Amino acid sequence: MANLAAVVGIGQTSYTTKRDDVSIAGLVREAAVNALDDAGLTFKDIDAVILGKAPDMFEGVIMPEIYLTDALGCNGKPMLRVHTAGSVGGSTALVAASHVQSGTFKRVLTVAFEKQSESNAMWALSNPQPFSTHLNAGAGGYFAPIIREYIRRSGAPDEVGIKVAVKDRLHGARNPLAHLQLPDITMEEVAESFMLWDPIRYLESCPSSDGACAMVIANEELADKASKRPAWIRGVAMRSEPTMYAGREEVNPQAGRDCAADVYAQAGIKDPRQDLDVAEVYVPFSWYEPMWLENLGFAPKGEGWKLTMEGATSLIDGGDIPWNPSGGVLSSNPIGASGMIRFAEAARQVRNDAGDHQVPGAKLALGHAYGGGAQFYAMWVVGSEKS
Amino acid sequence: MSEEKSMSEQHEIITGIEAPIYLKYNFTAGAAPTRFLAQLKKGKLTGQCRAEPGAPVYVPPRGSCPATGLPTEQEVEVSDKATVQSFTIVHIPIPGNPIEPPFVVANLVADGANISFIHLMSECDNAEVHIGQRVQAIWKPEDEWDYAMDNIKYFKPIDEPDVPVEQIGKLPVTGLEG
Amino acid sequence: MKEIAIVGYQQSDCVSDAGALNEVELIIPVLERVFEQVGISNAQDVDFVCSGSCDYLQGAAFAFVLGVDALGAVPPIKESHVEMDAAWAFYESILKIRMGHADSALIYGFGKSSPGELPIVLSQQLDPYYLAPQWVDTISLAALQARLMLDQGKITERDMAEVVARSRRNALNNPHAQLKGDVTADEVLAEETYLSPLRKADICPVSDGASAAVICTVEKAQEWGLPYAVITGIDHIIESHNPGMRDLTDSVSTRKAAENAGMGEGKVDVAEFYAPFSHQEIILTRALGLGDDTSINPSGGVLAGNLMMASGLSRIGEVFNRIVRGEADRGLAHTTSGPCLQHNLVAILEKGEAA
Repeated sequence: MANLAAVVGIGQTSYTTKRDDVSIAGLVREAAVNALDDAGLTFKDIDAVILGKAPDMFEGVIMPEIYLTDALGCNGKPMLRVHTAGSVGGSTALVAASHVQSGTFKRVLTVAFEKQSESNAMWALSNPQPFSTHLNAGAGGYFAPIIREYIRRSGAPDEVGIKVAVKDRLHGARNPLAHLQLPDITMEEVAESFMLWDPIRYLESCPSSDGACAMVIANEELADKASKRPAWIRGVAMRSEPTMYAGREEVNPQAGRDCAADVYAQAGIKDPRQDLDVAEVYVPFSWYEPMWLENLGFAPKGEGWKLTMEGATSLIDGGDIPWNPSGGVLSSNPIGASGMIRFAEAARQVRNDAGDHQVPGAKLALGHAYGGGAQFYAMWVVGSEKS
Repeated sequence: MSEEKSMSEQHEIITGIEAPIYLKYNFTAGAAPTRFLAQLKKGKLTGQCRAEPGAPVYVPPRGSCPATGLPTEQEVEVSDKATVQSFTIVHIPIPGNPIEPPFVVANLVADGANISFIHLMSECDNAEVHIGQRVQAIWKPEDEWDYAMDNIKYFKPIDEPDVPVEQIGKLPVTGLEG
Repeated sequence: MKEIAIVGYQQSDCVSDAGALNEVELIIPVLERVFEQVGISNAQDVDFVCSGSCDYLQGAAFAFVLGVDALGAVPPIKESHVEMDAAWAFYESILKIRMGHADSALIYGFGKSSPGELPIVLSQQLDPYYLAPQWVDTISLAALQARLMLDQGKITERDMAEVVARSRRNALNNPHAQLKGDVTADEVLAEETYLSPLRKADICPVSDGASAAVICTVEKAQEWGLPYAVITGIDHIIESHNPGMRDLTDSVSTRKAAENAGMGEGKVDVAEFYAPFSHQEIILTRALGLGDDTSINPSGGVLAGNLMMASGLSRIGEVFNRIVRGEADRGLAHTTSGPCLQHNLVAILEKGEAA
């Protein structure tokens, strides 16, 4: 049985297209110091650092933990670098948690970042390889056909994607750290925005951001003494499957379903819509909200879009299960950090520390991340109570 | 001393440096893809599967049957007729690719294969492209064939009935009638 | 805490160029052998999988994603990846078992360095503002370190040559070695200098390949009826990145990690160091105060073959091999990352009690 662990400090940078006021080291340090300040701690109180980011080609620095150790106060301590594609921010949080849950460390710092402005992200994600057709137009080009198949199967109307795009930006407008600040966004504006990869419009896509997110995770003894309310880690799960295999269910991948079932079982969740108060879910293209509502068991197959249309996932509409009150990936997307931001925002909610995007009385929250060809999953459930 | 300016006052704030990275790689395709590419150079589309009856056929092969982790040792010829599994209409240019938007990028399953590959569709009305649609390869002239999937310029719709969704990815090499 | 053991280890032959094989084709045969050794059929039969690799070796993002194609990950598996040597994947897997979320784990590392120029590629892991734009390659940095050692009178070129000669001779018994031979120190010294003060022989070769290990709780090892080596301690520590901030002639982090891993609690019969340069083996041996009663790099070490991103796991595997063959009761495995021994991991392995 895993030892109890909790998030006792959370720090983020602001998210924007280009943070030219800081170096890469400055960016990660900003998030780390914010997390330590939030926990009332200093680097001296940290036993190990666990760093995550997506492909090194985004910044052109190979294994950047080697260079970032000085900025993260890690000299003389263990440093681990996680990379599991887009899910990495979530996986990194889970690997950090395992340092404490295993009883090996008392208190660790975990940081995830991306400084996408250092390179061309679309190139880094799909740099042309010899012998293959150069048709991989980034992540949007990959996911658009899968979204199309979801729409065909579910018969969902075109407005669903538009509604999610509006909802998450209205949420983001309540989060001062969010990259996109679009408080006046309308359905018409999204509908009329440029079609990029049909059926994905410009405003139905995530931005490309610079940013970092950090958390301090402590064992039960230290978390009990923490200055602010801890977010107790109630369940952790990872799953992976190959990118493509004959008969693979791409719209509703089994790895996602299995991962959710695992994390729910640990947290004692039987009906996620009922039992959870809020979810921060990796939705980089608006249609992935209804798709993940089904994949994660919040709605029956083919009916996720109905929850979205009813406003169930909207904090502003007073929905019963707000998704991405922080604005989500659709409002800020420093790729390597995006998963950790979901995990950290879930923790902020149960610490009752989410500011203007707080879900009133949230006690149990899901943090979710996915990556690769929707094949790598990381999830955790955090709660205001230990059990 | 007091009249000297501090360093930060003397200089403008630096917000970036140019540090381009050039690295050269001699890329190799892999043993399984090499066999596939050698057939393509002869104008044949092949797939690979595990050496057991009924094993799924992968086009293009990458070296393993990902579901089992076993090598795909057996080579089988597949048709250059295919079915649209899904598609997107791309409205932005692809870096390094001269093709002009909007263009259709489709996930296509060749007859005789059990997995889709990505390729262009052309000679079609973009608005008419649909899941289950039948298409066939349009090859470049034979003297331009290389070790490349680009030997097929694009796929164009053909006059055959749509494939029911549940049968996409399961057609034999002889197609719908086979 | 649960006792954890290694029950299987396999690696590919170290070759300078694996030719047409891609990553998944390098991994599959090694996994097949380790599955056979442990008596399982694929990754479905372990509770967790973790790998180590580096995209820049082959110059394509997401190298590790292809690795998943070698696992038989249908139905989906619990899996993770470090952009580090697989020795750190080994470390992550141990945490997973300690926390009770797994009883067994498969760890693998792979690298195909031959497509690029490895020393130049690795120059881009340096500080991107001050060091990387100067394109200081890994060999030059190591040469600088060796020069410090020589000028301070801490070593002689003959000391370095003796490390090389012993590596070549030890490697005669290592079927996977790339460089081996009945070589003397005089013969090494007769070679011309390549990058002063280093000779080519002082520098590890670049090798393509993969290695894999299976670990599990001691209970599970006994249930499987397999010979095993117990991992009695493991720790790793990183130091400052700035070479000017460290004493490059010592390895403080290796010593501290070894202490934390419990090295001092018994005799060390065998030590496998990840020392890509001959002088670094001397630094590591001295940092740990190991003497004549410890066999150093009996496999030949990475001077005999260096599977980037898998060599650290191979050090652990080499110690495991000697323990289960009865050649040693207790051993130390070391891994390094970063320029001039910046980041070091130490694991202590011991013979398990007879089942």
